[in-house]
Amino acid sequence: MAMLSACAGPGASPPDRVRVSAAVSLSDPLAQTADGFRRETGIAVELNLGGSSTLATQIRAGAPVDLFISADERQMDRAAAEGRIDASTRVVLLSNRLAVVTPVGAPAPRGPADLSDPMFARIAVGDPAGVPAGVYARGYLASLGLWDALAPRLAPMRSVRAALAAVEAGDADAGVVYRTDALASDDVAVAFEVPEHEGPPIAYPAAVLTDAPNAAEAARFLAWLQRPAARDTFAQAGFVVPGTAPGRDRRTAP
Amino acid sequence: MSDILSVAAFTAGMAALATAVMLPPGLAVAWLLARRRFPGHAVLETLVSLPLVLPPVATGLILVTVLGRRGPLGGLLDRIGLEVMFTWRAVVAAMAVMGLPLLVRSARAGFEQVDRRCEQIAATLGARPARVFFTVSLPLARRGVLAGALLGFSRALGEFGATIMVAGALPGTRTIAVAIYTYTETGQTTAAAAMLAVSAAIACGALLASNRLAGGAAPR
Repeated sequence: MAMLSACAGPGASPPDRVRVSAAVSLSDPLAQTADGFRRETGIAVELNLGGSSTLATQIRAGAPVDLFISADERQMDRAAAEGRIDASTRVVLLSNRLAVVTPVGAPAPRGPADLSDPMFARIAVGDPAGVPAGVYARGYLASLGLWDALAPRLAPMRSVRAALAAVEAGDADAGVVYRTDALASDDVAVAFEVPEHEGPPIAYPAAVLTDAPNAAEAARFLAWLQRPAARDTFAQAGFVVPGTAPGRDRRTAP
Repeated sequence: MSDILSVAAFTAGMAALATAVMLPPGLAVAWLLARRRFPGHAVLETLVSLPLVLPPVATGLILVTVLGRRGPLGGLLDRIGLEVMFTWRAVVAAMAVMGLPLLVRSARAGFEQVDRRCEQIAATLGARPARVFFTVSLPLARRGVLAGALLGFSRALGEFGATIMVAGALPGTRTIAVAIYTYTETGQTTAAAAMLAVSAAIACGALLASNRLAGGAAPR
């Protein structure tokens, strides 16, 4: 069935497309959700996946993007500070949890205090200077009073996936990553997950841009992301969806 | 696989275009640096080499600031309906800026090796400077120029840091390097490895050609 586009905004941007700048940690479930959206509405979703800070910098410079999904509030705030996002559309889409992982078969800490053991000589984290996962990891370790002791042994990586890769390869004895990354990898074992009340609140805010070429389509996709089917997809990937129980845990799977 | 080949073809095409874009300013600067002494000589030399030593992400940040719709040049171009950021034009711009220093260095060495007397004789015979350049200097410096163009092309092929800043990782602007990044970050290691192999093959070809030209081995 041919779809008539009611109102194409000014500019040359095709109306049957919505361009989304999204944190790379959302890749898989977001691509799945976007597929479903395209099948249902005929609107294609173009994903620009990257580190949240890069995406925010692009948006501040005027990148032609419709929707921004950040891995932390700080980067969304950076875009907001330049008046680039429509504040009325801003919503916390998802949450996540931290997990401490180790190479498969290697000794694992049973709790955060065990990380002080010199056996864990190198601990991979996202770079706390800018990578959201690293900022969260620092917040978590600092809240337990472990930051100062562990700081010399931390290996800050340019992204959370790079931290995960360091553990997968056995280059790091442990790593602090998102639970979703830990679940997606077969080459690491989850030593323990950080309970929600112990870790820093991790939020994935989303907002439509002020001068989005396809603002109506972007709002439609944002609404789609909050529907039960999409929430299920994200929950299955291990994200915590506000208002529902946490997703399945692969550790207990057969 | 077809995805990998189309990304490779896109990247090679954009790198070729970037080489074409960098040639006129690159040759002009190379010739100026080789043949003229003027105030600001050292400044120009430094400026043009900057992308070689700056972290590519920093170059990308500069490009984003200048070429974004809210930047001075990007805003101007946007008003005449020319979108740059997140389009193929941004890919070409990033590649050209990153490849330029290599072109200039090699071409400059080529111009410096040209015997000045040949140029002077052409001038005394009445050739205007432009004619001297195109019929004497450029043909005599062709090895350095060609090697520089190939080096610039190779650099453009592998450009990542600046490209991802101004062009994003969109389906329509994905280069080999950006695709490898996306595949790695999303755990698609097999696809990343395949992309890597294609990338290495193209780069090896370009570098071999460049070395042959610059190697100085007399043509047989």
